[in-house]
Amino acid sequence: MTGFLIRRLLGIAATLLVICAVTFCIFYLLPSDPATQFCGKDCAPDQIALVRKQMGLDAPLIVQFGHYVLAIFAGRTMGSGQYAVQCNFPCFGYSFQSGRPVWDLMMDRFPTSASLAVGAALLWVFFGLSAGVLSALKKNSWIDRTVMVGTIGAAALPVYFTAMILLYVVVTVLGLIPYPRYIAFSEDPVGWLRNLILPWITLALASAAIYARMTRSSVIETLAEPYVRTARAKGLPERRVVAKHGLRPALTPVVTMLGMDLGSLLAGAMITESLFGLPGVGKLFADSLSKSDQPVVMGITLLASFFIVSSNLVVDLVYAWIDPRARLS
Amino acid sequence: MTAPLSTGLPGGAGAAASDPGDAAPAPDPQAPASPWRLTWDRLRRRRIALVGLGIIAFFVLTAALAPLITAVSGHGPTDTDKKAIDPYLGGLPRGTLGGVSPNHWLGVEPMLGRDVFARLLYGAQISLLVAFSAALMITVIGVVLGITAGYFGGRVDAVISRFMDVMMSFPSLIFMMALLSVVKDVNRVLLLIVVMSLFSWPYIARVIRGQTMSLKHREYVEAARVSGTPSVRILLTEILPNLTGTIIVYVTLAIPGLIGTEAGLTYLGVGVRPPTPSWGQMIADSALYYKVDPMFFVLPSACLFLVVLGFTLLGDALRDALDPKGSRA
Amino acid sequence: MTLLEVNDLAVEFNTPEGFVRAVKGIGFTVERGRTLGIVGESGSGKSVTSLAVMGLHRGAEVTGSVRFEGTELLGAPEETVRKLRGRRMAMIFQDALTSLHPYFTIGDQIAEAYREHHGGTRKAALARAVEVLGDVGIPEPARRAREHPHQFSGGMRQRAMIALALSCEPDLIIADEPTTALDVTVQAQVLELLMKIQQDRGLGIIMITHDLGVIARVADDVLVMYGGSAAEQAPADTLFTAPRHPYTRGLLDSLPRLDAEDGEALRSIPGSPPSLLNPPAGCAFHPRCPVYAATPSPLCTGERPLLRQVAAGHQSACLLDGVTV
Repeated sequence: MTGFLIRRLLGIAATLLVICAVTFCIFYLLPSDPATQFCGKDCAPDQIALVRKQMGLDAPLIVQFGHYVLAIFAGRTMGSGQYAVQCNFPCFGYSFQSGRPVWDLMMDRFPTSASLAVGAALLWVFFGLSAGVLSALKKNSWIDRTVMVGTIGAAALPVYFTAMILLYVVVTVLGLIPYPRYIAFSEDPVGWLRNLILPWITLALASAAIYARMTRSSVIETLAEPYVRTARAKGLPERRVVAKHGLRPALTPVVTMLGMDLGSLLAGAMITESLFGLPGVGKLFADSLSKSDQPVVMGITLLASFFIVSSNLVVDLVYAWIDPRARLS
Repeated sequence: MTAPLSTGLPGGAGAAASDPGDAAPAPDPQAPASPWRLTWDRLRRRRIALVGLGIIAFFVLTAALAPLITAVSGHGPTDTDKKAIDPYLGGLPRGTLGGVSPNHWLGVEPMLGRDVFARLLYGAQISLLVAFSAALMITVIGVVLGITAGYFGGRVDAVISRFMDVMMSFPSLIFMMALLSVVKDVNRVLLLIVVMSLFSWPYIARVIRGQTMSLKHREYVEAARVSGTPSVRILLTEILPNLTGTIIVYVTLAIPGLIGTEAGLTYLGVGVRPPTPSWGQMIADSALYYKVDPMFFVLPSACLFLVVLGFTLLGDALRDALDPKGSRA
Repeated sequence: MTLLEVNDLAVEFNTPEGFVRAVKGIGFTVERGRTLGIVGESGSGKSVTSLAVMGLHRGAEVTGSVRFEGTELLGAPEETVRKLRGRRMAMIFQDALTSLHPYFTIGDQIAEAYREHHGGTRKAALARAVEVLGDVGIPEPARRAREHPHQFSGGMRQRAMIALALSCEPDLIIADEPTTALDVTVQAQVLELLMKIQQDRGLGIIMITHDLGVIARVADDVLVMYGGSAAEQAPADTLFTAPRHPYTRGLLDSLPRLDAEDGEALRSIPGSPPSLLNPPAGCAFHPRCPVYAATPSPLCTGERPLLRQVAAGHQSACLLDGVTV
């Protein structure tokens, strides 16, 4: 087990390094010059050259990359002389736009994105799994038919549509809540909840539908497995057969999917954030991208990748915990 | 001591009702029905598949015939009509339902007064063109790499699999946005197709790899290999034909995702650029007007919904008809 | 009292492809200490029959009568049948790898069945599991009980499956192709184990198989099924020495024999098993029947033939058999 973990962690580190290198190349090889960006429009060529030197951009690419990666763990002194700034661990550099450390910018936005992602995931897992299991157990009943028709429609519903319909009905027509704006949980938990409920539903609806369909087919498939028949042949009550012998294996693939989805949700909820004007990591990314704020873009890319690879690891561990057959490899 | 009468599934031990395969008719050697014919027969009996096929056919036809249809309706996608909007009402369309009139069948856009019907038609062109081309690309790349990895195994497999793992660890939305925004002066549609394909092929490759690995050990493949048939020939004549079902199902189910991604990227401002009409961009434009001009918002969203629904319905039905187990996530 | 008595059992179900009559009116009895062999090809209805007896026919319509020690099981409340299942009648499935739950240890799976019917503590049930694992010849049962099915070899896994069936000391065991997935030497061991257990405990056994070799080894009585119907029913010795139905004769001819002439080819039955969706009219076997091929008779394509007495205790369903009893 320890060997497995070490191998996986090394794999993760390697993957992140590759992603980091690719991102680095994309942004530093392409035409727009960071020094010009940082310096501003009215910079004279010699000023730009100075900035270039200060930022270390005159060094070969591989050295720059080395500095960048090293800085993440060890921190780094940016610039020199009187302009020198100490950038502490974890150092992703400074934003060209605001001059603030990239890490701080990301952490400012992180609670918003996490609130959105976790809330939505809870919603879709709860509703998706319940609908899917119910549908599978009542296969071909009217409940099943309703759920299947509803979910195939909901799965195809574009988030824009969901968001606007929700806003129109709940805010404009019924006036139940004011137009959502983000309120930190620590500030006002009730306001936080009230303002996030529409974004949650928007983000969760299609996923809930997809999870319901997947859960249904997985449960139906599992209940037809020979080992479930064995459980019945042992004389166990049907409830126990389904709950203990059927559902656990049936939900294993759902766990895998959830891990992958959650991992990519940090910045993947960008459209929902933009639809509701939520100041999340996705929004920060979109803004930074349009302003060519490369350090921020790189930082977010790495953070998002980190979440994806670590959630893959979590999925593998959970898998090994659920399914003993996976423990050997 | 085993009597040589055992055929196919040993004992037919499956639970009676859940295993129709046990009772499936033995293939009649007199009249070998082609797999296509069988698929079509099974598909034809599912009304839901025909609904999906109908929706797809409708959009493909209207997109293909867009120049002809707009010639009849009288407005091109980029023609502006100042008479159709009311400058005193902030550029809103004159008349009800977003300016629906015999002149503008589905109304006009606020501000510019462009014909919504024409833009929807040409938007369908872009949407389908991008999705189909990207689907073709991911199929080619995914199948080639998947088969290669699955069939040759060993080091080849290790390299390709590792590559797929890394590609799947990239936060795809973020990378697509980054690539789309840094690459300048390139045909946007082409760029979209390439960028979207870049991050989608590993999923199909992984499925194909798994299926190839199990096909590799079938008797007829082993037989071909033992008798010295060249690998390429085995791949093309023994393996590939058996993967067709999986490929068709997978591609059909991948298309709605690609359509949604194109719309999303364009919505976020990094996809197709104006004046090229696109649904995603129409949705982005209309979001501002969702209260005062709901028609403008509803139409592109509804088109997006219908196309995605059509492909999902068809894909689901195809999966049931062809039933390649590996196509499930 | 007769342990198990099945009369006119029919199983039908709907599939997306159409209506299937998987079993069409078969009957048999099983006494304590005796073994009934049911033999047939895939799709002959033998497995469906066993599931119907156990009440595990999900989604199928079952008619006729299944009496266990005189108690009618068809139409009885599910709770009644459930309490017999695993406790008084137990089943051994073909492929122990897929039939045992991959997530739970062997010990837990056996203990679960025992606790369900006998109650008691988890610890006592686990001790019982270790005991039966030892009974079926698994070395170091206490340690193996803590392992999962995938850690067992094929033969050991099948033994564990048998241990599971034995854990509640049932009176009837239905074994559905218990040795098909095993190597020949392991097959023999498992069959010997079953027969020894039968002698020790006086169990009634239904042995379902496509392998006449297995039947020859263990069965006292034999029911030959074809296309969902009974083709022939007889004591094992009679069946092997004087088969009456052309299908049974075909099966026997296709067995390799030690006394065969050198170079004599094995004969197989031409054609493939009948479709249950579109069964042939009349006798389901007639399209493959050598007797029908030699002398076609309208009898064979008319009514579905039923079993008829052809000798004392010997029944066959061939209409071309000139019965002289």
